[in-house]
Amino acid sequence: MTSFYSGPGFDFSNTVRNNFLQDRGLPLPKATSTGTTIVGCIYKDGVVLGADTRATEGPIVADKNCEKIHYITESIRCCGAGTAADTEFTTALISSNMEMHALSTGRKPRVVTAMTMLKQMLFRYQGHVGAALVLGGVDVTGPHLFTIAPHGSTDKLPYVTMGSGSLAAMAVFEAGWKPDMTREEALELVVAAISAGIFNDLGSGSNVDACVITANKTEMLRNFVRPNERVTKERSYGFRRGTTAWKKEQIRSLIVSEEVVKHGEAMDVS
Amino acid sequence: MDHFPTNWGRPRNDAQDLYNTYPLHQRPNNTPKDVFADGVQRTQQPIVTGTSILAILYKDGIMMAADTLASYGSLSRFKTIQRLQSVGENTVIGASGDMSDFQYVQSILEELMIEEFTANDQNELGPAEIHEYLSRVYYARRSKMNPLWNSVLVGGKKDGKRFLAYVDLLGTTYSASTLATGYGAYIALPLLRSAVEGREDELTEEQAQKLLTDCMRVLFYRDARSLDKFQIAKVTDEGVVISDPIKLDTTWGFAEKIRGYGPQTQ
Amino acid sequence: MPDGSFSHPQQRSFNPYTENGGTILAIAGADFTVIAGDTRQSEGYSIQTRYAPKVFRLTDRAVLAVNGFAADGNMFVKKVKQRLEWYRHAHAKDMPLRAIARLIQTMLYAQRFFPYYVYNILGGIEEDGTGAVYSFDPVGSYEREACRAAGAAQSLVQPFLDNQIYFKNQQAAPGQSHPLHLPLSDVLSIVIDSFTSATERHIEVGDGLEMYVVLAKGRSAQGLEGGRGVQELTTRTDGDRVFVIRRELKKD
Repeated sequence: MTSFYSGPGFDFSNTVRNNFLQDRGLPLPKATSTGTTIVGCIYKDGVVLGADTRATEGPIVADKNCEKIHYITESIRCCGAGTAADTEFTTALISSNMEMHALSTGRKPRVVTAMTMLKQMLFRYQGHVGAALVLGGVDVTGPHLFTIAPHGSTDKLPYVTMGSGSLAAMAVFEAGWKPDMTREEALELVVAAISAGIFNDLGSGSNVDACVITANKTEMLRNFVRPNERVTKERSYGFRRGTTAWKKEQIRSLIVSEEVVKHGEAMDVS
Repeated sequence: MDHFPTNWGRPRNDAQDLYNTYPLHQRPNNTPKDVFADGVQRTQQPIVTGTSILAILYKDGIMMAADTLASYGSLSRFKTIQRLQSVGENTVIGASGDMSDFQYVQSILEELMIEEFTANDQNELGPAEIHEYLSRVYYARRSKMNPLWNSVLVGGKKDGKRFLAYVDLLGTTYSASTLATGYGAYIALPLLRSAVEGREDELTEEQAQKLLTDCMRVLFYRDARSLDKFQIAKVTDEGVVISDPIKLDTTWGFAEKIRGYGPQTQ
Repeated sequence: MPDGSFSHPQQRSFNPYTENGGTILAIAGADFTVIAGDTRQSEGYSIQTRYAPKVFRLTDRAVLAVNGFAADGNMFVKKVKQRLEWYRHAHAKDMPLRAIARLIQTMLYAQRFFPYYVYNILGGIEEDGTGAVYSFDPVGSYEREACRAAGAAQSLVQPFLDNQIYFKNQQAAPGQSHPLHLPLSDVLSIVIDSFTSATERHIEVGDGLEMYVVLAKGRSAQGLEGGRGVQELTTRTDGDRVFVIRRELKKD
């Protein structure tokens, strides 16, 4: 008897089949991955998050200007690296739950709450949700910064990096970070860290996104630096009308005419 | 190349990092399926290994840096190994990877230089020639499927011309104004590139030395197979100078403020 | 060893190959040929160097572009150049282009069971003064063509060239036909646009562009003059001429 019951959560029923196919040399389709450099850094008055804007599918650039700094709450944001879909869905779900939590408690939600929700979710999925996150924000207890790895482990540090450009970005932090920086210093350091990823890691590229979070204001600096504008093309590639050959021509009138017949009195709309 | 010594020679398991969150990569794995393959055992893995080498061009010549550690797996086995070596009057080489293979390379270079000296023809091999020679040696050994497991930087200055190039166990070669092997290629190279590229003729000796020291410090912070003791070699018109081991000054003060990994506050 | 790897000896395999990214292409005109390649050399997600040439002048009328495994490529070019020098010593002239093509075939096939992991494109001027492009697979199968792209972004560039050079999927205007060969300035524009576009969409393409132009004997340098950064590499007067043009590409 076929069971029509469909349990909650992911469906693993094709796992055995997929493993078999993989052994026979038929690889699974590769998900869009945000190759990525993402960083975060605590400074005097809050947190600065940074991200590049390249999304890749293997060696191909899938999106030249994607947004990797996701909204959690007004003063909590989350950068995502790893499988694009997983980071987007995970942060959207936690964002929703955080809003619910805020409404039910009547308080501004805390960064540790989002961190705990994220790590509990990712741990439950044992790494199958491929989201590597940098979570930052300011709450009543001050500025906070975390990384959350795909298996659910977390880290709490004054400066963090993730993604394939994490080593390049971390080198910049290790060389340039100091405690209690000003907003300008922190932003400059984050831009330098992301730029190190953009220019040295092939998985990262295009523009620098940044987000400055303080106790009473969040600034999303989308495309804060654009160091990789495309040059104008040498030629224009317009095509003459009639370039594409056709086998059959059929012309159909798309104008529909209909006759309206009046019945009875018009409705009184006065 | 794959700069993680424990991965060298092993097929990598893609399941470890399905999502490319870590800058490792997989080489095309076309291992021959040969029924007689078990009969021959000459492929190898590195045993005692050295980590990154860094090198840059600067105003007066080239400068190279390497720490003094030779690791045995994850054990810090030998802490005073010199991984920089002068070859002739105008060249210095630095090697990461297997240290026994590097010592073998040192011996054949020694032999080569003696042979060249005895020719007494007023010619001396410069950095370009030594790099060419090494690239042939490494390429020939990889073609025999019996590689010398190193990545080597060759630097020097001869007849007023600076030279800096790389060669590895596959015979791959390239040249640039900043080079690094091992973890240095991921961690130090971004810093070196932004400091050196376009300023090769302006950088003073003090600036170059400070830059390499800063990079060695960052590597010591982040490369688990590194040491806080390193040497700097420079090649200028005056010839090769390899420094005594230098101890890094490091700061760990910020660690006192870190509490736990999550919600902990005490 | 502490991890126990000595206690269980196991088969480890050394992979003598790697891929170093980049892309090359060549387009033949009526009396010229353009051979181009980017200058980035990469492995995995790392840029090894931003300037490693993939296109090499062999003679005043032949240029070879190599792409794939860089160590094999450099060694192969070295050996081809050596054979051409021997030919010069034996015959007191440069080897003709079609002969170089056949030489490359035999040299590649000689390594049939341990191949050079390299895609070759040979471009230049034939003895009859026409532009020619020969493309090879790693074990020596080759063909003369009007244009060819190879390497990391082959799948991006080749369809573009098919459309713009061969006019594939383009119907000519009524009563007209497509030109058999494009002028040099148009070809150079198409080459530059191919590489800037490949740089946009392929992570292994970028940093710099080198375009070699081979002009048939007696052809004026029309289409080249006034161009930025043109450098002549011809060794002898009164023959075919070789030029190189260098451009920057994006570095991310």
